[in-house]
Amino acid sequence: MPNMRATKNPMPSQDPNVRNHNFDEVTLGYTAEMAVDEAQRCLHCKNMPCVSGCPVNIQIPDFIKKVAEGDFEGAYQVISLSSSLPAVCGRVCPQESQCEGKCVRGIKGEPVGIGRLERFVADYHNEHCTEAPKAPEKNGHKVAVIGSGPAGLTCAGDLAKMGYDVTVYEALHLAGGVLVYGIPEFRLPKAIVQKEVDNLKALGVKVETDMVIGRILTIEELKEEYGYEAIFIGTGAGLPRFMNIPGENLKGVYSANEFLTRSNLMKAYREDSTTPIQHAKRVAVVGGGNVAMDAARTAKRLGAEEVYIVYRRGMAELPARKEEVEHAEEEGIIFKTLCNPVEILPTGVSDPRDPNYGWVSGIRCVEMELGEPDESGRRRPVVKEGSEFELPMDCVIMALGTSPNPLLKKTTPGLETKRRGEIAADENGLTSIEGVYAGGDAVTGAATVILAMGAGKTAAAAMDAYIKGKNA
Amino acid sequence: MYKIVRKKSLNPTVTLMDIEAPLVAKKAKAGQFIILRVDGDGERIPLTVAGCDQEKGTVTIIFQIVGATTEKLNHKNEGELIEDFVGPLGMPTEIEGLKKVCVIGGGVGCAIALPVARALHEQGAEVTAIAGFRNRDLVILEDEFKACSDRFIMMTDDGSYGEKGTVTVPLKELLEKGERFDEVIAIGPLIMMKFVCLTTKEYGQKTVVSMNPIMIDGTGMCGGCRLTVGGETKFACVDGPDFDGHLVDFDEAMSRSRSYAPFERHAYEEACNLFKKEVR
Repeated sequence: MPNMRATKNPMPSQDPNVRNHNFDEVTLGYTAEMAVDEAQRCLHCKNMPCVSGCPVNIQIPDFIKKVAEGDFEGAYQVISLSSSLPAVCGRVCPQESQCEGKCVRGIKGEPVGIGRLERFVADYHNEHCTEAPKAPEKNGHKVAVIGSGPAGLTCAGDLAKMGYDVTVYEALHLAGGVLVYGIPEFRLPKAIVQKEVDNLKALGVKVETDMVIGRILTIEELKEEYGYEAIFIGTGAGLPRFMNIPGENLKGVYSANEFLTRSNLMKAYREDSTTPIQHAKRVAVVGGGNVAMDAARTAKRLGAEEVYIVYRRGMAELPARKEEVEHAEEEGIIFKTLCNPVEILPTGVSDPRDPNYGWVSGIRCVEMELGEPDESGRRRPVVKEGSEFELPMDCVIMALGTSPNPLLKKTTPGLETKRRGEIAADENGLTSIEGVYAGGDAVTGAATVILAMGAGKTAAAAMDAYIKGKNA
Repeated sequence: MYKIVRKKSLNPTVTLMDIEAPLVAKKAKAGQFIILRVDGDGERIPLTVAGCDQEKGTVTIIFQIVGATTEKLNHKNEGELIEDFVGPLGMPTEIEGLKKVCVIGGGVGCAIALPVARALHEQGAEVTAIAGFRNRDLVILEDEFKACSDRFIMMTDDGSYGEKGTVTVPLKELLEKGERFDEVIAIGPLIMMKFVCLTTKEYGQKTVVSMNPIMIDGTGMCGGCRLTVGGETKFACVDGPDFDGHLVDFDEAMSRSRSYAPFERHAYEEACNLFKKEVR
């Protein structure tokens, strides 16, 4: 008999007033007991709507059944047929709009905690499995992957499992993309990302860091001189947008990418870090997505007394994960919604040699109200006349979204892109160049980790078919 | 990991290193830069490529010891390794078609100006080079500059070597006499580049500067290096580092470059303690 309790097993987590002073992981994960109990809430329905809600179609009821039986390693094997990064996805996927959003149990109560179970299973495996994955037999074909984010890592993993000689090229000094520079330690411990990368290396994947493709080597050189038969571009969407309002270049104004890269990749949150970061007292984070939540909660942990999320729509329209918004609220982040900055104000010092010259002193905002729905179906925010007001701030972080980096487009003749610089690719990830595939944020613009993984998976299958077809 | 194959002290605070990085050496052009990390805990710092040897597969960097990271780098010896060396980054200096150019280097900026002057000389341009230093002890690369310039002017602030004064003194004299260049290319401290631009603007003399803002990734993903150029925001690491000097907001650039001054001072003192060195 399934467990008919209407609510999910709650996730143990650090106390909000303790965790907002440290960078340790907020949520602590299920115990084996909690996991087995939660797994028993699954009804094993025949049409399995949850599976269709998962972008990589993990066989969810199958793995949950194994968890309910206490066969955690067996559950891991089921997941790993579909996903290469379960410890990551169990933590950062927006399950409420994916697998859990479709769960039948969610109609009359809370859905099954699929993400929490996936995370439990992956953590159990990483802790207990000492056996390194066996490197598959090589098939003699070389492929290259550009970018080591979720799309690239998934594509590389799938191709390695098929026997390809895979090399991943990464521009930064660490592999992982947004998983290492973007998502903070308190949400995704970096040791977990490292473990996933090590697993890939054990499969025979080579990871070359410090390689900015487009500058040090072109795509043409990778094909012609290095003999890669197919190439996957998973370079993400790392180019930050700014608002183009006055004062945006004042000291104390960061893109969220810069702020988070300093803190996460360069470890600026540590006392002994050689990379500096501003420890501001009053911080405004402009935007309402996951990146905005990450930046706000990071600023709080760096010692800010007041941190504001400034967002032009309402609470209901926040694009961030529900759980992250709740965590942010618990940690004392102040939500200033229906509010939009129009100017960033400088300190009143006019002598450029004065150290106080050129710093942020506040933001001037206008209040907004929601009007008619726009082409995306969301109600368009409209400025309320005469509603200007000022808030004092000493740091402003712009989390307005990102676009694909134009570097590869600039240095690769024949690579077609779309309006915002997204690489044009068909449903298999094939670009305008033969043998060159692309996926993830580089194609879609900023989206989710799991969608990027799905794209990496699809492209890996297409690259395999392409190479086999060519050599048949 | 990247090996230091040669290390040479150019003056008490400026050091030259050849780093083994064959792929970078093959691609780098004058005006481009690299980003390095000395060790696993280190920060990323940008340094301009001062030269390349494709046969040996080495890239030359010249750095001034100004803070914690350059101090640590300077304590590395020939044969030792540095953790990361990424490049080439940025756009190369545009020198195509230039026939008469004035290249101005200030202090350690001369190390960056030299490969530009050399490339211009090699394409047959008439090169006037002006090098400026605070005093005689800090002079670097004099012979190298002379070898690739048709006219070479050495300036020191205190007159202890060459002519007394800043680089703008001979520049103004030349412009006042009616001399004009296809371009003046100025590379050095922000304050020097600002005053070169103020000088040339009076005469309508086109001027290009090589900007050196704070950088983290150097690939265009953070905007830490942004500048206002002609009223628009530009990222120096991908749009530059070279810009039309008459359009650059130098006061903003100088202000932004001092964002972390107290932190940097503190880190430098700690590094000096580590190496038992007296803090300047």
